[in-house]
Amino acid sequence: MTGTIARVTMAIGAPDDFDGWRDGARRLIQAGVAPDRVGWSVPGQAARDLFAGDDPPAPRADAPPVRASRDFLDLAGRAALHRDPGRFDLLYRVLWRLQAVPRLMADRADPDVRAIDALARAVRRDMHKMRAFVRFRVVETGQGEHYVAWFEPMHHILRANAGFFVRRFAAMRWSILTPQGAVHWDGAALHEGPPASRTDCPAGDPAEALWRTYYASIFNPARLKIDAMVKEMPRRYWKNLPEADLIPELIASAQAREAAMIALGGDNAGRPPATLAALDEAVAACRRCAIGCNGTRAVPGKGPPDARLMIVGEQPGDHEEQAGHPFVGPAGHVLRQHADAIGLNLAVARLTNAVRHFKHVSQGKQRLHQTPTAREIDTCRWWLDAERALIRPRVIVALGASAARAILGRTIGVQQERGRLIALDDGARLVITSHPAHQLRLGEAARADEAARFAADLALAARG
Amino acid sequence: MTQLSTLEKLAILADAAKYDASCASSGTTRRDSRSGKGIGSTEGMGICHAYAPDGRCISLLKVLLTNHCIFDCHYCINRKSSNVRRARFSPQEVADLTMTFYRRNYIEGLFLSSGIIKSSSHTMELLIETARILREEHEFRGYIHLKTIPEADPDLVRRAGLHADRVSINVELPTVAGLTRLAPDKSAPRIEGAMDLMAGAIVEGRDARRRFRHAPRYAPAGQSTQMIVGADAASDADIITRSSGLYGRFGLRRVYYSAFSPIPDASAVLPLKRPPLLREHRLYQSDWLMRFYGYGLDDVRAATGPGGMLPLDIDPKLAFALKFRDRFPVDVNRAPREALLRVPGLGVRAVAAILSARRQRRLDLADLARLTVSLTKVRPFIIAADWRPVVLADRADLRAVVAPRRGEQLELFA
Repeated sequence: MTGTIARVTMAIGAPDDFDGWRDGARRLIQAGVAPDRVGWSVPGQAARDLFAGDDPPAPRADAPPVRASRDFLDLAGRAALHRDPGRFDLLYRVLWRLQAVPRLMADRADPDVRAIDALARAVRRDMHKMRAFVRFRVVETGQGEHYVAWFEPMHHILRANAGFFVRRFAAMRWSILTPQGAVHWDGAALHEGPPASRTDCPAGDPAEALWRTYYASIFNPARLKIDAMVKEMPRRYWKNLPEADLIPELIASAQAREAAMIALGGDNAGRPPATLAALDEAVAACRRCAIGCNGTRAVPGKGPPDARLMIVGEQPGDHEEQAGHPFVGPAGHVLRQHADAIGLNLAVARLTNAVRHFKHVSQGKQRLHQTPTAREIDTCRWWLDAERALIRPRVIVALGASAARAILGRTIGVQQERGRLIALDDGARLVITSHPAHQLRLGEAARADEAARFAADLALAARG
Repeated sequence: MTQLSTLEKLAILADAAKYDASCASSGTTRRDSRSGKGIGSTEGMGICHAYAPDGRCISLLKVLLTNHCIFDCHYCINRKSSNVRRARFSPQEVADLTMTFYRRNYIEGLFLSSGIIKSSSHTMELLIETARILREEHEFRGYIHLKTIPEADPDLVRRAGLHADRVSINVELPTVAGLTRLAPDKSAPRIEGAMDLMAGAIVEGRDARRRFRHAPRYAPAGQSTQMIVGADAASDADIITRSSGLYGRFGLRRVYYSAFSPIPDASAVLPLKRPPLLREHRLYQSDWLMRFYGYGLDDVRAATGPGGMLPLDIDPKLAFALKFRDRFPVDVNRAPREALLRVPGLGVRAVAAILSARRQRRLDLADLARLTVSLTKVRPFIIAADWRPVVLADRADLRAVVAPRRGEQLELFA
């Protein structure tokens, strides 16, 4: 090309005016102006070189039509929105080269093609992040609810991205305010507004409390992957996200929470007490689980140290905790009735519990029983094992699933396992039956049925 | 019992839902509300509206309708023997909450699951009712993912897909033995029966759309499932085999892996410590290899080491390449796509770029440096115009040369 013009400056109407660039570029190509002689000026940003250039020349009459492949236009349309001041120079350089090498865009290893691709990808990502991170706040106006958001995009994407919000929220009235400009949707048409500031947006929204609660609750503290979070939600967006100020605290408490969960299930250390008295004393001081720390007093087992029969309940209840003895409440009463009926003397049996403290929830003046968790039973099992080792009973009756778990170390179905003798490793035999409290909760007919089965189980233990 | 506020219920029921890994909102049909009727849109690509510090995307409002449950699955925080606080939303409350969040652009839609109350069918009806309120009363065009309860009436399971974009049924554990031990109330044949039913309904729905333009769309984003990794003894090879079977038999869109995480108030049958999170990541990578890189099940199984476990220090693709070195180096200027996809360090995008660029000219190392993330990783396995690895592929210490240093692995698939 033998251009006669020294330098040319092309003015573009707006930073995101791709169509304007395309019209200008077409004329320049047809006028044969090489890339190194063109500067592009955009409002708010002067042309790259400081010398004011000449006005663009007229296209030559015999110039061939400008060629631009589909994939170039797709990429260029997006790359043009990048805030890189050199983007229009790059686009023109590639368009210039395309006239000689029509398949240039297929050469993905070409540095210019890579550069356009990189710009386009950055813009695409910014658009995507805007769709993700715009947070509307509601204001009540005369015409009803108006949703307003403040967002700070990295590139000139506001206009290009408005369509997404129209397609999604066409039935709402909304505004998106940015430092470069604003768009307003009135339910029928899109309007543009001047640059805004953060204070133009309402300071909060009542729904944000719900959203923050959701954000904090859906986070799983057992898995911390801060890098993965920051990679996808870079810190520069945080200041406009109502949930983001929770992040530091969530992270800080996460490690502590997980460690506490694991420690809670950890093994009990040390050797078991050598006498029943030492056992009772140690149980009273036990703080190995949450129940041990709830301020109630421990209820030790009761009965002769050489008892042949050991009866294990779940945990002390309200009455037991106050009396300091097991099985003195309503359930204990049921147990005694049944024992009397079959001539079993409970005074020679060892009565104890799977869990030594009273787990409850307070409601007014009442203390309502709460079932201990498997982990709590397993923690307390260490004491029961120690008690069994000291008493060495020949027969053990487990009342209910918690007691059965405390003996067997696993959860079983009481109804499937009841009514038979189960041999234990230490030579003792186990009878599993329901907890007597169960009978208190049943209806008339079912209670009679359950009472009969309980009596049979108890008789089996008395014989065994 | 005092009445819980919406805020308290949300805290409890979102907390209870966080062990479900999926939060995808992609892969459904394009919809919008430009007509001014209704609200919402889906444009194919999912959007993650926030990320939690656990690295997981928050795309949907993921809650349980209730965490009351009559089942007693050991790994689950909501099992009936667990002492967690219980709460319950009505379908209307969940629908309203979804709309409140959606209008403020917090979410793409709803992922609703539930503990089982009364009966499986009753619970399923409530889930469907929630979706119905959203779709019919609010004309909601956003994304809905419904968890389906396999024990529910087949008719209800089928109805779920009429409102939902995606439906899922969790297989929970990779082996039947694990399921029997840890989820005594669930049965593998039932779960697979329901998945089969759903797969049939999805195919039928697609078929009907082909013949009748106005046939209703049926679960356009397909079905997915989730299994828990590290709660039972299943090896990676077992898990991959199981997923491959599930993909094949039920046409699943995704199998999610969720590294078992210690839950508060856990059943003592469970291990106390979680498996390394990296294990979950390696499983996702192997899943990717089968779905997008043309690896067969046997190829990925071959990448596993002793005990059927995938190596944690290197990704499965690299493990495969190191094991089958005779397949390398691959000539980037000649090799077919399938061979290029097996080169460690070349992703689907890079391979597409190479195929396109090499039609223009012969590629050298400088070109490849522009097309790939790490030339160091790729170099031992390729031939380029100006490069041929002479001894590298035979070096005994190749693993040390190409394995990433600790901490370098990025989370791509989580």
